[in-house]
Amino acid sequence: MSTEPKPTGQNDENPVVVAEHVQKSFGKFTAISDVNFTVKRGEIVGLLGANGAGKTTLIQMLLGLLSPSSGKIRIFGMDPEKDRISILRRANFSSAYVSLPYNLKVWENLDIFAGLYCIKNKKEKIDHLLELFGVKHLKTRMTGRLSSGESTRVNLCKALLNDPEILFLDEPTASLDPDIADKVRKLLARYREEHNVTMIYTSHNMRDVEELCDRIMFVAGGKIIADGQTSDILSKFEEQSLEELFIKIARDGEITTLGGTNEETAT
Amino acid sequence: MINWQVVAALGKRYIYIYSRNSFRILDIVFWPVMDLLVWGWVSAYMMTSQKGLPQMATFLIGAIILFNILLRVQQGITVSFLEDIWSRNLLNVFAAPVRASEFVAATYLVGLTQALAVMCVMSVAAYFIYGFSVSSIGWTLIPLFLNLLMMGWSLGLCTTALILRFGNQAEALAWAVPFLIQPLSAVFYPVSILPKFLQPISYCLPAAHVFEGMREVLQQNKFPQEHLIAAAVLNVIYMTLSGFFFAHMFKEARRKGLISKLVV
Ligand SMILES: Nc1ncnc2c1ncn2[C@@H]1O[C@H](COP(=O)(O)OP(=O)(O)O)[C@@H](O)[C@H]1O
Ligand SMILES: [Mg+2]
Repeated sequence: MSTEPKPTGQNDENPVVVAEHVQKSFGKFTAISDVNFTVKRGEIVGLLGANGAGKTTLIQMLLGLLSPSSGKIRIFGMDPEKDRISILRRANFSSAYVSLPYNLKVWENLDIFAGLYCIKNKKEKIDHLLELFGVKHLKTRMTGRLSSGESTRVNLCKALLNDPEILFLDEPTASLDPDIADKVRKLLARYREEHNVTMIYTSHNMRDVEELCDRIMFVAGGKIIADGQTSDILSKFEEQSLEELFIKIARDGEITTLGGTNEETAT
Repeated sequence: MINWQVVAALGKRYIYIYSRNSFRILDIVFWPVMDLLVWGWVSAYMMTSQKGLPQMATFLIGAIILFNILLRVQQGITVSFLEDIWSRNLLNVFAAPVRASEFVAATYLVGLTQALAVMCVMSVAAYFIYGFSVSSIGWTLIPLFLNLLMMGWSLGLCTTALILRFGNQAEALAWAVPFLIQPLSAVFYPVSILPKFLQPISYCLPAAHVFEGMREVLQQNKFPQEHLIAAAVLNVIYMTLSGFFFAHMFKEARRKGLISKLVV
């Protein structure tokens, strides 16, 4: 659990992310229903939930790749539907399940994405990031031939190319062995320290969430059923560990929503 | 609004892909030359078996070159889009600050480049195999080319929109679309040969005017002004409509969550 002082108070009168009554249906099926939350600058929020809970759907709405059926989303005060480009210039995304094109070399892929973000000193930036994630030796390899751990780290290099103010990470460590996963978490934690970047991080890996996140949002059945610091959530649900809580929620299905904690109140 | 730096980066990606995939080079060199050989021989045969029009061979060779330009533009666009789907790149691209218009502009450039390449390859081949020189079409070749380019852009964009919306069910369209419109495009024969009721439909296709125009130049050495104007007007209409169609399908894709789910 994170105990470090939160970087509140300075420049975060305005939340970086605001979601109000967000709802998303695919035909008759409701994937996200009435979701409300805000995220402050520099906060790392873990979206925790079982498969199919709605985490990816939520992330994609924040990225403007998916339009909400109703409700309001604001990122840096802008609407992802209308100001997608302005938001995405200051944001980035990575997922273990979305790799870069397999038929290009690692540096070619990074070079192209650096171009998409209109990065000035592309070469130095790419080298620096490859170095940071310990994958410099893979520079001239074909992306499709990387192991999943290597490919995850290359994806993260892509995600940091534009010095994002907010990072959307959809199960970024899903395919990593514990050692690499640990390294990646530490790198992300350090990166946040240095850049005060906001992260929204989905995972069903408790370790990830406990180590990295300042705050957890439990997603189940398209709803946020708990939102707060790990310790608060555990005491509210009277559970010893996130793992136990996770299983309880996954099995019980819907639990009476606890709503916001002392930390955050939506809207 | 279009940020050309973004378009250039997307274009560079296609250069990397196409320079590495030798089968894509077949599209530009091998198949067009095969087409040329087949139609050249067909016309040679027609000339021997009966007293064909003296211009028959020129018509057919000119036609197959121009048709390949249309084909290449449309497929350049559609196959580039499919490359993005095959390499599951779509989500990454649209999670970056890339406008749909910039994405489309990059594929248009691919279509243009491939069409120019095909035209060069086929012109050289036709000259050496049949002594047919595209210069016999003269400067008229430029407006004919531009009209085919615009029509290819519209067709490519519509095909792309359909694949975006319907996924692999629509994948076959990538290769089929030019051949679906070929019979009415009066590529190898004049519109007047078509049944009466099909003729007005044929004249709604810019390609029909382009091929009529080509025959007019080759036969009468006359600048086909009316056909070129008709083709240009139709092209402007179709390019606008295809733009709206794509924008609509893109919006649908965002609503249905297809950008991340699209797998062909
Ligand atoms: N494009 C889509 N069309 C229809 N249903 C979808 C689509 N995307 C997600 N879903 C459904 O929404 C639910 C939530 O999915 P998702 O957000 O991917 O879950 P998670 O990322 O938490 O595992 C699932 O039941 C899934 O089947
Ligand atoms: Mg998911």
